[in-house]
Amino acid sequence: MVEFKHKTPLIDQLETGPWTSFVSDIKREHESRMENPKGIDYQFNQECCDDLLGVLELSYDHGRTHWKHGGIVGVFGYGGGVIGRYCDQPEMFPGVAHFHTMRVNQPMGHYYKTDYLEQLMDLWERRGSGLTNMHGATGDIIFLGTSTPQLEEVFYELTHNINQDLGGSGSNLRTPSDCMGQSMCEYACYDTQEFCYNMTMEYQDELHRPAFPYKFKFKFDGCPNCCVAAIARSDLSFIGTWRDDIRIDQKAVKAYVGGELKPNAGAHAGRDWGAFDIQKEVIGLCPTECMSWDGSKLEINTPECTRCMHCINVMPRALRVGLDTGCSVLAGAKAPILDGAQMGTLIVPFIKVEEPYDEIKEKVVEPIWDWWMEEGKNRERLGELIKRQGMQKLLEVTNFKAVPQMIKEPRSNPYVFWKEDEVPGGWKRDINEFRKHHQR
Amino acid sequence: MDEEATKTLIVETLKKKKGKSKFYLKDFYKMVPDEKPRAVKNLVNQMVQEETLEYWSSGSTTLIGLKGVGKQAAADGED
Ligand code: HEM
Ligand code: HEM
Ligand code: SF4
Ligand code: SF4
Repeated sequence: MVEFKHKTPLIDQLETGPWTSFVSDIKREHESRMENPKGIDYQFNQECCDDLLGVLELSYDHGRTHWKHGGIVGVFGYGGGVIGRYCDQPEMFPGVAHFHTMRVNQPMGHYYKTDYLEQLMDLWERRGSGLTNMHGATGDIIFLGTSTPQLEEVFYELTHNINQDLGGSGSNLRTPSDCMGQSMCEYACYDTQEFCYNMTMEYQDELHRPAFPYKFKFKFDGCPNCCVAAIARSDLSFIGTWRDDIRIDQKAVKAYVGGELKPNAGAHAGRDWGAFDIQKEVIGLCPTECMSWDGSKLEINTPECTRCMHCINVMPRALRVGLDTGCSVLAGAKAPILDGAQMGTLIVPFIKVEEPYDEIKEKVVEPIWDWWMEEGKNRERLGELIKRQGMQKLLEVTNFKAVPQMIKEPRSNPYVFWKEDEVPGGWKRDINEFRKHHQR
Repeated sequence: MDEEATKTLIVETLKKKKGKSKFYLKDFYKMVPDEKPRAVKNLVNQMVQEETLEYWSSGSTTLIGLKGVGKQAAADGED
């Protein structure tokens, strides 16, 4: 039996619920570190997990945190990827006096080979707490808890032995993340992994050397199903889409109607929902009412379709995304830290996603960064700057033409001011000429 | 830009600041108003490489200060 130094009655209650608990996980890691069956030569405090539970228990007891906020730690040459965390009760909890977080760039699409996962874990058990967060809200691998001297060591082993880099943290480009895309998913409208990897390599400087007003995230979804929730979580979201017709296999449509094919690939099989009703479950739920079914033929009025994916998700064998594919770009999504949560606003309805992606880099990403770096206030996200200076300003700096698809709701800003050079003939007026016809 | 003179200017300006030891990159732009922000950014990065300056991070925000000045852990204005 492994001993625990700290009694933790309050957080022990978190283990009594129906779900697995991080408290149990941390206890298991403590037991493993004390028993050390693999004979690991621990470079970081062996009792850190016990102390971590202790400090959390104390916080629950006090209703206050016992962590300080922030610090000067990093690896040489990088301004991000390491987040300093120090405990404010180091005598009581020496194992977590330093407990820095490291962000590690995840493999694209979250593909791991077992031996790679083992390498990561061997490194982190030896040089850190052994605790990870797979994956953080940003999508990367989070190594939780190590001391300052171990940072360079972890970085060296990561880059030299495991061929992996640190990710982003602080006021920089955060570790870009993507869905598995064309590697496994037939809905993918572009190669998310190739694009995400390319953008990660292209913008290494932005990722490792913080020079932005605040954090900035790219996320890549292969289709509007948005498996990585790019639309809600990234300053620039690249969401796969198409602009020709949804491909329809009428025979397969009939097979769904006849019950030979299971709707949603059988995902709702746990309960008897009755026979599949195409009218009710597909045609009637199309948000733009652009579909029709006359009992033998399914039709879609493409100009009205907003590519919401509903019909395709229900009948994947019968309906497929179009062939003229690319992505939509949305800007400004963010979590609520300041000024409320925001979803991305459409800024580019359609753009081709083709290597080397120069059009996206030069016409979308870089003009937006130039504007935000110049005009953004400290700690102001892109979405907040768009709100403060207006969509019109964004269109101006990017040179995009306003198109109806960009309006995401009935206008919330009633003012659209034309500039003189945008109006044929301008608007120089002769006040004397005017007064001839209009009295004061 | 005369790099050495600008570096000295930055260091001298930072030394004069009272109470605060860590600054946003934008504060550095203001110290050298005649230079393009991008040039100042590159210079600040270079000064970090040379270990004159260092990054401080809350995890979500990055600040920059003279190396070794102010506290390692926690934010300014705490005691
Ligand atoms: C009752 C206790 C806790 C609750 C309810 C909780 C809940 C959460 C939730 C909901 C998230 C966001 C998940 C996501 O969207 O990816 C999160 C993220 C995270 N949690 Fe916890 N957590 C708890 C304790 C802890 C502890 C003890 C640690 C560290 C030892 C921890 C470290 C993290 C980290 C590093 C992240 C990711 C932050 C980021 O991605 O930027 N959490 N937690
Ligand atoms: C009461 C205590 C804490 C508060 C109020 C707090 C608050 C925050 C806030 C506001 C953010 C920014 C989130 C965002 O903008 O998305 C953040 C990020 C983070 N915090 Fe904390 N935090 C606390 C404790 C901790 C502790 C104890 C740890 C680790 C030991 C930790 C690790 C992190 C990490 C890894 C991030 C993500 C940084 C990033 O965005 O890359 N935090 N925290
Ligand atoms: S976002 Fe679309 S393409 Fe990517 S995995 Fe999800 S369903 Fe497939
Ligand atoms: S993708 Fe959505 S909007 Fe388009 S036809 Fe299907 S259900 Fe209707």
